[in-house]
Amino acid sequence: MAEPRACLDCLRRAWLLADLGPYVERVATGEVGSRSPELLRLSNEELVEAAAPKVAAQLLARIAALPEERLREELLLAGCWACCRHGELYPEALRDAADAPWALIGRGDAALLEGLEPFGAVTIVGARRATSYGREVARELGRELAAAGMVVVSGLAFGIDGCAHRGALDAGRTIAVLGCGPDVAYPASHRTLWRRICESGLVVSELPPGATPWRWTFPARNRIMAALSGMTVVVEAATRSGSLITMDLAADLGRDLGAVPGPVTSRASAGPNSLLASGAQVIRGAQDVLDAMLGPGCKPIPPAGPDLDPQLQTVLAAVEAGESTCDAVAAATGFTGAATAAALSRLELLGYLHCSNLGIYLRTLLSPPSCRAL
Amino acid sequence: MPPSVLGVLATARTFTLDGIAARPVRVEVDVHRGLPNFTIVGLPDAAVREARERVRAALVNCGFEFPLRRIVVNLAPASLRKAGPGMDLAIAAALLSASDQLAWEGLARIALVGELALDGSARPVQGALAMAEAARESGAEAIVLPVENGPEAALVEGIETIAVDGLGSLAGLGEGTWRPAPPEPLELRREAVAGAPDLADLRGQPHLRHALEVAAAGGHSLLMVGPPGAGKSLAASRLPSILPPLAPVEALEVARIASACGRLDALPAGRPFRAPHHTISAVGLVGGGTSPIRPGEVTLAHRGVLFLDELCEFRRDALEALRAPLESGEVSIARAGGRRDLPCRFMLVAAANPCPCGRGETDPDCSCAPYEVQRYQGKLSGALADRIDVLAAVRQPSAKEIGGPPGEPSAAVRARVRAARERQEQRLGEGRCNAEMTPGEARACPLSDAAASLLADLYARQRLSGRAHDRTLRLAQTLADLTGAEEVGEEQMAQALQMRRRDHG
Repeated sequence: MAEPRACLDCLRRAWLLADLGPYVERVATGEVGSRSPELLRLSNEELVEAAAPKVAAQLLARIAALPEERLREELLLAGCWACCRHGELYPEALRDAADAPWALIGRGDAALLEGLEPFGAVTIVGARRATSYGREVARELGRELAAAGMVVVSGLAFGIDGCAHRGALDAGRTIAVLGCGPDVAYPASHRTLWRRICESGLVVSELPPGATPWRWTFPARNRIMAALSGMTVVVEAATRSGSLITMDLAADLGRDLGAVPGPVTSRASAGPNSLLASGAQVIRGAQDVLDAMLGPGCKPIPPAGPDLDPQLQTVLAAVEAGESTCDAVAAATGFTGAATAAALSRLELLGYLHCSNLGIYLRTLLSPPSCRAL
Repeated sequence: MPPSVLGVLATARTFTLDGIAARPVRVEVDVHRGLPNFTIVGLPDAAVREARERVRAALVNCGFEFPLRRIVVNLAPASLRKAGPGMDLAIAAALLSASDQLAWEGLARIALVGELALDGSARPVQGALAMAEAARESGAEAIVLPVENGPEAALVEGIETIAVDGLGSLAGLGEGTWRPAPPEPLELRREAVAGAPDLADLRGQPHLRHALEVAAAGGHSLLMVGPPGAGKSLAASRLPSILPPLAPVEALEVARIASACGRLDALPAGRPFRAPHHTISAVGLVGGGTSPIRPGEVTLAHRGVLFLDELCEFRRDALEALRAPLESGEVSIARAGGRRDLPCRFMLVAAANPCPCGRGETDPDCSCAPYEVQRYQGKLSGALADRIDVLAAVRQPSAKEIGGPPGEPSAAVRARVRAARERQEQRLGEGRCNAEMTPGEARACPLSDAAASLLADLYARQRLSGRAHDRTLRLAQTLADLTGAEEVGEEQMAQALQMRRRDHG
């Protein structure tokens, strides 16, 4: 395996970005369509001039004076490594982007970057404020794609991102791209998830260890997420959402776009539904992603569900029809409360249903054998 | 020395209420020559100290003479704090005896309890039932108390109850010329009366009904989650009606607590149902305060149901305070004056909304931010929620269900619950239910092979914690008891797995 390597110039760029945090925040934020990816195309001198003209000279002098040993020591102390655009390990996919990061600071398994091709990775994005439907789909997509050997890329945020990572961790490999230093667990309540990804996956960022997140760093990390993979799938997003920025960035790079359809009445599905209307791939499950990326039938996922007796089929059909509590299923099917409870429990054990801690049942993506024709 | 120079001493027995127990107090009255004065010593609270004015007025208004001497009333034991106006009658009787206005040979062997009005009539006191029991324990021959307290004191066997309407009756009593007829004992209604809230009001919602029945049959604590107006409070208030009737001993325990809290008249038939508002403090919930200690809602719910509506809105310290009482079935309150144990074996039923706005995330109008929902639901996974066995997701009943026929009445459900409880008592011993099984007992439940493999499979896949494993076993045993099966079948195990409270996110 190639050692992660970064040249001094690229490393200094990372530290410069951290220093520029508050300055870029001032010029780049405002509307949702942040200017930060455009700014990040600029060279060091131009960037400093655009973001912090008053202190440009001091900042540049400070960065130029940063000793190499100190930077490498900081990386080492934070348990991180770095690879730059001149190195072997740097993902080919990122070179497509004009605004690609100069260096990637990583924490975790560097081998995930080696030989990472666009068609070997899928980016899953979505709203932080997700419904249980969105969370369940994201978890299942993450799990099945990881099980099929894909690397699942996401952003460690609340909601869809976190669920996609969790699903992927259950079955395979995942990369989290952060808008802060890779040693910073943000949001803080995802600390456990962050640690798990550091241990069995990879966390990367273009910012140096210890860098705090700014508003502009999230659109900036979105461009890395979009570039890393061959397809970006949005699970749930409102009409004005950061996830849709990622979709735009992915479209600019010529990557495939996928969207998970949702109820037309749901605000959380307005983003993906409008993307579908404008021609994005319909994603009903991992199979759709694989078909779109590798060609139909290239990598079939065997439907793993076991056979169901008629009673279980009836109950499953009721959940598919939108009944989400045991009471509603019992009322819809006419079974007694006790029989329904037992049937739901069996379906959950077989993997067809997922139950939240509030007792709300949701269909998983597992399909029963009778539907194999799908 | 002439006798008039010596003090004249008289004693009487009475009681002060401490928590729900009555503590014996001996009233000693010393009437001495000196400047006219009336002092009460022996840690009296304000209400006891004011007995001076009530006793003085009552004596004069009943035609007695208030001695213009130096009067000292000592309430022994001097270290015990005395509270409440219930000692008026005893003080007045002892004072009359000491001033030679009342000739009562056996006064020292009789307990007197009652508050005095200024005209000398007796007013009822709190805790008369406990006081009558304490009087019997302390070997008193009879207890004299106000007419209103007569019926509850008459519940206590082995002691004579004398109900008087005021100070005026004491003279006849003392001389032995007058004796009232013994009062009729209060009738303890151990079962809900006709017309009480009935489970038939819950239309449709088969799963919720089933969850209520299982919770009642095994004494399991229940959490209902669902939008406002879905019937959570209605279901909870019907729970006492499907619980088995109180045993005679239990009914007496409930009456003793109600009597000590002064609400015996308002005692509902059957098991108590308490639904404190979510702004309640920890002390209000479990009891406490400076002495005398006041029982909290958990004690008032003893042998009945404690319903916490809007569980997530309760103060965290109040919920934390519930944990130990839930485990042990009694509240231990330690104060500088000593420790008091109050009984509180109750069934916990809680209700919560799925999110702060109550609509739930599936409703497009729900505007709760993710961290708000997370923080709100955080209380559903805390240490208290760990004690909850059954989870029922409640949804709005459909128009068809609401307009449909009434559900099965409470009496039919109660019969099944009773049969299941009898089976549990045979197995576990008198008065115990499945929810109280120790982990050892739970693991000894007879399982069919299929049920055992179902549970083992889930446990091996790490979808169950050790505690959840035992909780599922207890629930499955209750389900088997309800069907009358000898061992837990696969069907019951699957149901138990569905009904258990989830602890993952």
